[in-house]
Amino acid sequence: MPPEGTHPMIAIDGVTKTYAGITALADVGFSIGAGEAICLAGENGSGKSTLIKILAGVEQPNGGTIRFAGEPAGTLNPRRSAAAGIMVIFQDFSLFPNLSVAENIGFSAELAAERRLVNKARVRNLASDMLKRLGVEIDLDAMVETLPVAHKQLVAICRALACEARLIIMDEPTTALTEREVRILLGIIRRLKADGVAVLFVSHKLAEVLEVCEKVVVLRNGRKVAEGPASEFDAASLTRHMTGRDVAEEPPPPVDPTAPVLMQVRGLAKTGSFDPVNFDLRAGEVLGISGLLGSGRTALAKALFGLAAPDQGTVTVAGKSVPLGDPLAAAANGIAYVPEDRLTEGLFLTQSILRNVGIGRLEAHGRGGMLDLGGLWGEATDWLKRLTVKTSSVEAPVRSLSGGNQQRVVLARWLATAPRVLVLNGPSVGVDVGSKSDIHGIIRNLSQTGLGVIVISDDLPELLATCHRILVMKAGRITDEIAGSDTNAEDLAHRLAS
Amino acid sequence: MKIDFSRNETLVGLVILGFCALATVADPSFLSLATLTDLLRGGIVLGIFAVAALLVLISGGLDVSFTAVAAFTMYTTALMLNTWAPGVPWFAALAVGMCVGGLLGLINGIFIAGFGLPTLIVTLGTLSVFRGFMLTFIGQKQITTLPSGMREFGRAMMVRGTNADGSFYSLPWAFAALVLVVVVTWTILHRTMLGRAIFAIGGSLESARRIGVNVKATQYFVYIYVGVLAGLAGVIHASMARVANPFDLVGLELSVIAAVVLGGARLAGGYGTLTGTLLGVALIVLVRNSLVVIGIPSTWQSVTIGILILIGTGLPAWQAKRAAARAA
Repeated sequence: MPPEGTHPMIAIDGVTKTYAGITALADVGFSIGAGEAICLAGENGSGKSTLIKILAGVEQPNGGTIRFAGEPAGTLNPRRSAAAGIMVIFQDFSLFPNLSVAENIGFSAELAAERRLVNKARVRNLASDMLKRLGVEIDLDAMVETLPVAHKQLVAICRALACEARLIIMDEPTTALTEREVRILLGIIRRLKADGVAVLFVSHKLAEVLEVCEKVVVLRNGRKVAEGPASEFDAASLTRHMTGRDVAEEPPPPVDPTAPVLMQVRGLAKTGSFDPVNFDLRAGEVLGISGLLGSGRTALAKALFGLAAPDQGTVTVAGKSVPLGDPLAAAANGIAYVPEDRLTEGLFLTQSILRNVGIGRLEAHGRGGMLDLGGLWGEATDWLKRLTVKTSSVEAPVRSLSGGNQQRVVLARWLATAPRVLVLNGPSVGVDVGSKSDIHGIIRNLSQTGLGVIVISDDLPELLATCHRILVMKAGRITDEIAGSDTNAEDLAHRLAS
Repeated sequence: MKIDFSRNETLVGLVILGFCALATVADPSFLSLATLTDLLRGGIVLGIFAVAALLVLISGGLDVSFTAVAAFTMYTTALMLNTWAPGVPWFAALAVGMCVGGLLGLINGIFIAGFGLPTLIVTLGTLSVFRGFMLTFIGQKQITTLPSGMREFGRAMMVRGTNADGSFYSLPWAFAALVLVVVVTWTILHRTMLGRAIFAIGGSLESARRIGVNVKATQYFVYIYVGVLAGLAGVIHASMARVANPFDLVGLELSVIAAVVLGGARLAGGYGTLTGTLLGVALIVLVRNSLVVIGIPSTWQSVTIGILILIGTGLPAWQAKRAAARAA
C-alpha cells in the first residue's frame, strides 16, 4: 500500500514557469488530497491557465517539483498526466458535437486502452455506468450538438470519470450555467468527492462554488498570494486577494426625481418570448432587468433595439416613437445596444481597435462621399482615452485585448454616437473582477450625465451595484419591480427563482 | 407514415423514385434490366470517387485532387505495364494502380498532415501539379492498346444477357470492386477506432488533439486511402473504356463532391453516410444517363444537376435554420 495517509495525492512545490523572460508562475506550491475540492482563483493573466497546462503535461515547468502520493512525477506529458488520473475539463468541454453521448464518454477510455476495434456494447455500458455514478439521465444515443450546455458539461465529467480520473480540473465551470444548474453541478461534485475524486476549480468567479470546497488558493501575477480553508474566504475577500485592492461597490446615488422620462415602453410583446411589457426610464436612471436564462430577458433586450421584431407595443424615446424591428432606426433614435456575446455579435475581432470604434461613425464623418479620416480617428482615440482602454497601440487587433478592454471598445463605439438610452446585455460577462468594477464605474458616470441605462444581467451583485430599479422577469412576464436600495442579493435570488 | 424530410437521404431517395416514375410514364421500357445495369455500370467509377470524397469530408477536409490522381495513375500504370510487364494478370494491374495512387495520396498527406496546410489549397495545388506533370513529362497520347490484364478485367462480366426486345445488357466484374470498397470503408468508419477518429477530427480537431487522438496519423491514413481508391478508380475507368486517355476524369471532381453533399455530408466536416453518398451518386448518374427519356434535352443535364444540388442541400439547411429561429 502506498502511504496515502502521510502523502497528499498531488503535491506541487515551488513550480516556476517563464515564457521568453516573462514570469507566468513563480514558486507556486500547494497540495491536493484525495476527495478534496480546491478553488484556484485569480484574474486573467494571473497564471491559472499556465498551472493547468503544467498539471495536464502540456507545458513543462522551468523549476519546482510535482509529486504523486509522495513520488516525484518527473517530466509530465499529456499521456503520463492522464495515466496519473489528471483530467482537465476545458471551458468549451472539448466534446465531439457529431458523435453520440455514449461515444463521447467512451472515446478517451477506449483510446487509452489502445483498442483498435469499436465495441458498441462495451462503450454503452461504460457510459451508462458513468451517468449512473453521477446520478443523471441523458439519452446515450443523442448527438452531443443537440444537448444543452449543462448536459454537455456532465458528458465531459463522465468522460473524465471513464478514464479513471482521480483529479478533475474544471476550467471556468460555472460561466455558462444558470444558478439552478450550478446547484445541480455542486451536488454532483459532492458525489465525486465522496467517491475519492479530487476537484480543482479554476475560475475568476468562484463565490458560488466556495461551499463545496475545502481549500482556496489565490494567484496574482503568477504568485500565490493566499491559501487557506474555504471557510475563511467570502466573495469580498476573494476579490481583494485576486485584485490586490478593495473593490467595495456602493449602490448608486439616487436619481433626480424631477428628471424627465426618456424612454417609454408600452405593451411590447413577442409571442413565445415575452408578454406585454410596460416601463418608463428617466434620464440619469439605471434600470436593471433580471431573470434566469430563458425568462425572456435577452429577447426583450433585442426587441428594444430592433434585433427581434415584437408583435405589438410601442417604444418612444424623448417623445418620438421608434419603429420596431429595425436596429438602424433604433440607433438613429438614440438607442445603443451592447450585446451579451461581444465576440460574435459586437466586435470585428481581427480589425484594429481604432477601426472597431470608428465603424459606428462613418456617416457622421463623410465629406461628399469621402471619409474625413482625421476627424474619425481623432474622435475614436478620444473615446478610447475617456474609457481608459489599456493597449500598447490602437492599431492592434481587438482580439489582443482582455475581456474588460474589449467591452470598453464596444462602449466607446456607441458613446461616440451620443446615444440617449444605453442597453447593456450582460455588461461584465467574461470580464475579470477588477475591470468589472471599472465598468460599473463607467455605467455610473454615464448615467450621471443624463443618459438612461438599461442593464440586463443575472449577476445579482452587479445589478445591486449599478441599478436604481430592478425588474424581475419570469417565463416571459415581469413579475416584480423593486428599488435597488430596497433589496439584497439573497432577496433578489429568491425573487428570481421562486 | 411520417417522412423525415430533414434527412438528405430521404429527399434524394424520393427524387430518385419520382424521376423513375416520370421516366416510366414517358417510356415504359425504362423499367428494364438494361437501365439498371447501365445505372450500376455508370456508378462504378463515380461511386469509388464519391466514397473517397466522403471520407475526406468526414475528416473535416476537402479534396479536389482525386481525379488528377486517378488520371495520373491509370496513364502511368498502363504505360509501365506495357513497357515492363505487359503480361501481368488483372489483379496485379489493380494492385500497381492502388500503389501509385497511394503514393500520390501520401504527397497530399505530407502537405496536409505533415505541414498542417489547408486541405483545399493543397489539393487544388496537387490537382494541377499531378495533371501537368503527367502531360508534360509522361505523355499526352492516348494509350489504345492496354496491357492484357486491364483488357481482361474490363471484359470480365458478372451478368450478361439479352432483353425481350433484343437489347443487350451486361454488368462488369468491376462493379464488385465498388461493392468491396463500400464494405471495407463502412467497416473502417464504423467498426474501427481509426474510423471513429476520422469522425472525431472532423467534429472538432482541437478536442481530438486534447484527448490524445493521433491527428497526424489519422490524416495520413485518410489521404493515402483516398489516393489508393482514386488509383483503383483510374485503372478501372481505363479498363472499362479500353483506352487510357490522359485528358479523361479531371473535371469530374466537383460533380463527385456535389453527389456526396447531396447525400447529406457536411462541408464543415464530421457528418456523412455511405448510404447518402451512394444515393447521391445514383441520382447524378440517373440524370446523366436518362434525362433524355423524360423529354429534357441532354444539354440541360448540368442545369438539372445544379438545381438538384441547390434544392437537395438548400432545403434541409433552410429547415434547420427555421428550427433554430423558432428555438431562439
